[in-house]
Amino acid sequence: MNLFDLTIHELREKLEKREITSVQLTKCYLDRIKEVDEKTKAYVTVCGEYALNRAKEIDEKYAKGEKLGPLAGIPIAIKDNICTKGIKTTCSSKMLENFIPPYNATVIEKLNAEDAIILGKLNMDEFAMGASNERSAFFKTKNPWNLNKVPGGSSGGSASCVGANLATATLGSDTGGSIRQPASFCGVVGLKPTYGRVSRYGLVAFASSLDQIGPLTKDVTDSAIMLNAISGKDNMDTTSANVEVKDYTKALINDVKGLKIGVPKEYMGEGISEDVKDAINKAIEVYKSLGATVEECSIPVTKYALPAYYIISGAEASSNLGRFDGIRYGYRTKNYSTLSDIYRNSRSEGFGEEVKRRILTGTYVLSSGYYDAYYKKAQKVRTKVINEYKEMFEKYDVILTPVSPTTAYDLNSKVNNPVEMYLADICTVSVNIAGVPAISVPCGFGKDNMPIGMQLIGKHFDEETILRAAYTYEQNTNWHTMKADI
Amino acid sequence: MNITKEQLKHIANLSNLSFNDEELEKYLVDMTGIVDFVNQLNEINTDDVEITTSILGEYNIFREDEIKESFDRELLIQNAPDSQDGMFKIPRVIE
Repeated sequence: MNLFDLTIHELREKLEKREITSVQLTKCYLDRIKEVDEKTKAYVTVCGEYALNRAKEIDEKYAKGEKLGPLAGIPIAIKDNICTKGIKTTCSSKMLENFIPPYNATVIEKLNAEDAIILGKLNMDEFAMGASNERSAFFKTKNPWNLNKVPGGSSGGSASCVGANLATATLGSDTGGSIRQPASFCGVVGLKPTYGRVSRYGLVAFASSLDQIGPLTKDVTDSAIMLNAISGKDNMDTTSANVEVKDYTKALINDVKGLKIGVPKEYMGEGISEDVKDAINKAIEVYKSLGATVEECSIPVTKYALPAYYIISGAEASSNLGRFDGIRYGYRTKNYSTLSDIYRNSRSEGFGEEVKRRILTGTYVLSSGYYDAYYKKAQKVRTKVINEYKEMFEKYDVILTPVSPTTAYDLNSKVNNPVEMYLADICTVSVNIAGVPAISVPCGFGKDNMPIGMQLIGKHFDEETILRAAYTYEQNTNWHTMKADI
Repeated sequence: MNITKEQLKHIANLSNLSFNDEELEKYLVDMTGIVDFVNQLNEINTDDVEITTSILGEYNIFREDEIKESFDRELLIQNAPDSQDGMFKIPRVIE
C-alpha cells in the first residue's frame, strides 16, 4: 500500500498516531507528481517548496500535541481559478498567465485554518468554459484511466489529479457540471454544494448565479470532511447563505431504508449510452435491495434547462469578463496606441476561442432588442425548472440520474462542434439552474473500461441526505476501491 | 430569429473584441448553431411565470459602514502591466 493511495480519513489517523509525518507525505506526493504528471498533465503550478515548509510547520504542531483540524497535514490541490495569495492563479488563460493574487479565496483561508497543505494549482478549461479540458490555453490534461481520453471539464485537472493519486483531494468549481462530470469521467467522487453553501469570494467569476466551489475526493467520507471545511457564511460574499453548517460526517450512515428515490425518465432515454443506462439500472437495484423505494418520475422542463443555461451563463460571463481590460492586471497587448486599442487588442489576443464564443453569446442575448426574447425568457424558464424540482422533492428525498450521457471520449473528437459539446451537459446543468446540491459517485465501467458516474440530487441545503445515500451505496459496492493503473 | 454578419460585427464591437474576416465567418457558423439551439425555448410557454432574480430569495444585504484596512497599494500594482508612481498607466486620452 502506497501513501498516495490513502484517503484523508486514513491519512489523518496515521498522522495523528505519528506513523507518518506530513513532510514524508508531502514528499511522497511531490515524487509521484514528478513521475506521473508528465503523463496526466493535471498541474499548472506545483508549489513544492511552499508545501514542504507548510508540512514542517504542521509536523511541529503535531509534535507539540496541539489540537489540529481534520485536514491537518493533508496535501490538497486547487483548481486554478481559485485565488491563492502569492501563488499564480491563471484560469488556464493567456489573460491571467502571470497573475499573482494579492489575497486568498475564502476557501483557501479555511483550508489553511485547518492546516491543510496546498500542493499546487490544477489545469482547467479556460475560465471554466468547457467540458473536456481541451480548452486550456496551456495544455490538455489527460484521463488517468486512458491517456488518449479527456478527463472531462472544466475541473478536469482536479479530477485527473485525484484519479491519478497526485493529491489526496482537490477543489474544483461547478457552473453547469464542471465538478460532477470530470469526477464521473475519472472515477472519483465530486460534490457540487447548494448555491450559497460555500463562499465564492476569490473564485474567478464565470457565471455568478450558477458557480459553486466543491471538493473532488477518493470517497464519500472525504467529500463530507472537505465540505465541513469549506462551508459557511462569508461576509465577503453576499450570496453565501446564512444557513447553519452541519457536521456532514454525521450524515455518513450506512442505511437507506425507506429513502424515496426518483429517477427522471428524461435522463434515462434517448442520447444516454447503453453502458451508462446499465450501470445506473444496476445502482437502482442496489438501492432497492437495501430497502430504498425507487420510482420513475418525470421532470419535463429540465430539457429546457440546457438552452436556458447557455443564455444565462453566457450573459453573466460576458458581464464578468468585462473586467479584463489590460490595465489593472492580466495580459496587455504590445500592439496599441490608444486606450481603446488596449481594451480591444488585449481581449482579442488574451482570450481563447471558446471564451470569445461565450462572450459573444452573452453580449448577443443581453443586447438591445434581444434581451426579452432570450435573457428574460431564460430567467423565466429558470423559475419553471426551480418549481419542477420543488415539486419533485415533495415526493422524493433524492433524485438519481446519470452524470454524463457517455463515458470519457477521445481527445480531439468533439472539439470542433460547440453545440454537440454543450449537449453533453444535459444531465448536470439543471442542478445549477435550480441551485440544488448534487454528488457524482462512481457506479461502474463501460465496455471501454472507462468509469461511469451516478448523480444524486438533493434539496436546497440538504447535502446530508445525498451524502448518506452516496455513502450507503459506496459501503455496499466496491467501485471506489478501483484505481487507474498509472 | 437568426444572426447576420452585420449583427455579429456589432456584437463583437460591444464586446470589445476584434476579428478578421476568416474568424468572423467561423464565429458566424458557430453563433448560428448556438442561436438555433437556444431558440428551442420558444417551444415553452412562460406567459404567467415570474423571472428568477435570486436563487436563495435574498434581497438587499446590508452591513455597517466601517473603516477597515484595505489592500497594500504596492501589492496590487505588482500585477499591473504598466504603472508609474503607484498608479496604473495608460496612453494619453486627452490631447
